[in-house]
Amino acid sequence: MICRESQELIHGYVDGELDLVRNLEMERHLHECAACAGTHERIQRMRSAVTANAPYFRPPAGLEHRLRTRLRANAETKPVAPRFLGRWQWTGIAATILIAVLSVTVMTSRRTGGELAQEVAASHVRSLMAAHLTDVPSSDRHTVKPWFNGKLDFSPPVGDFPDRGFALVGGRLDYLASRPVAALVYQRRKHVINLFVWPASGQSDSAVQQSDHQGYHLLHWTKSGMTYWAASDLNSAELWELVSLVNGLS
Amino acid sequence: MREKAEVTRFEELALPHMEAAYNLARWLTGNNHDAEDVVQESYLRALKFFASFRGENGKPWLLTIVRNTCYTWLRRNRMNEITTDLEEEVQLADTTSVSPEAMLLAAARTESVQRALEELPVEFREIVILRELEGLSYKEIAEIAAIPVGTVMSRLARARARLQKLLSEPGLAEVRA
Repeated sequence: MICRESQELIHGYVDGELDLVRNLEMERHLHECAACAGTHERIQRMRSAVTANAPYFRPPAGLEHRLRTRLRANAETKPVAPRFLGRWQWTGIAATILIAVLSVTVMTSRRTGGELAQEVAASHVRSLMAAHLTDVPSSDRHTVKPWFNGKLDFSPPVGDFPDRGFALVGGRLDYLASRPVAALVYQRRKHVINLFVWPASGQSDSAVQQSDHQGYHLLHWTKSGMTYWAASDLNSAELWELVSLVNGLS
Repeated sequence: MREKAEVTRFEELALPHMEAAYNLARWLTGNNHDAEDVVQESYLRALKFFASFRGENGKPWLLTIVRNTCYTWLRRNRMNEITTDLEEEVQLADTTSVSPEAMLLAAARTESVQRALEELPVEFREIVILRELEGLSYKEIAEIAAIPVGTVMSRLARARARLQKLLSEPGLAEVRA
């Protein structure tokens, strides 16, 4: 790890928001680099000073009583209409947030001329940062697969291969190639593997193609109507093993 | 007419987070009176939205509403406190020259820590409060402030750099109780 990366991730590190791999890399870097270790110490000291000395404002006595009184008055007098309106307002807020999130994703993905491999690599890196890896953390494929129902217009094949050294860690919704896709997260030793899956829109099965981006190996293939992208820092020979396991599902 | 049973369920979900709601409102409005108004308004709004609440964790849900109500209040009463050009300010303050001793001197005083936090732009202050005082995760903070997780981390980085600088300025260190 270099200092520039470390400065980007150091706050995620002090907040315990990095994944296991990054966390270990950070620890190693802080052992080796006096400058970053100094930054780390200053941040920690400042944090403990803030948590120890910042006032936590307690609500005035009687606030709970006043709240209960107003809430109950509301129960007896309010007609149904505002509740209906409230639900729609809430939907509007949620939609706005969703559009904002999606447009950010689209913007970042277009940056490199729409090259899908670059997008996949970027998505893999993003998933490793902060607590972003899984939306449904579960090693049970019977939990992960139904979780995608209603969130995607297709059902991704979900396998767990602990006996072969690829443990399913969970699933996540992601956005690639201008569409929502399933991201299945596997772990092999300390390596995280993102397997992105979406329908192949009429393409026939294709052989596995390998490319490397930003130090990550990417494998790409089409099988039984699904497009697959696997991304990881795991060595490519082992990553190929996952391909045959996944292809064995369909 | 809203059923009493529904209000009771709402109270069970939302009242345990009253302290967090008040603390956030107090930090964002800057005074006790408006903090209480904002909390009362937030709870009434939350009750309206309660029918559509499907999650399990009521705290981020309630704090989202408190935070939005605070911003409505700020827009009405403290428009100048809402920063519009946050994203342009990408340069981190250089804190490598700050001596830890100078910082600790100031940071050991409640009033100087409070003042430093109050000097932060409200968009940074809320992130620090939610992270350091409420101990919420980046994901929860992202949900409450309606920003991506990556932005939570970068705002925290910038907020902390500013705090280090503020807490090492001589003016703050000399504040007397």
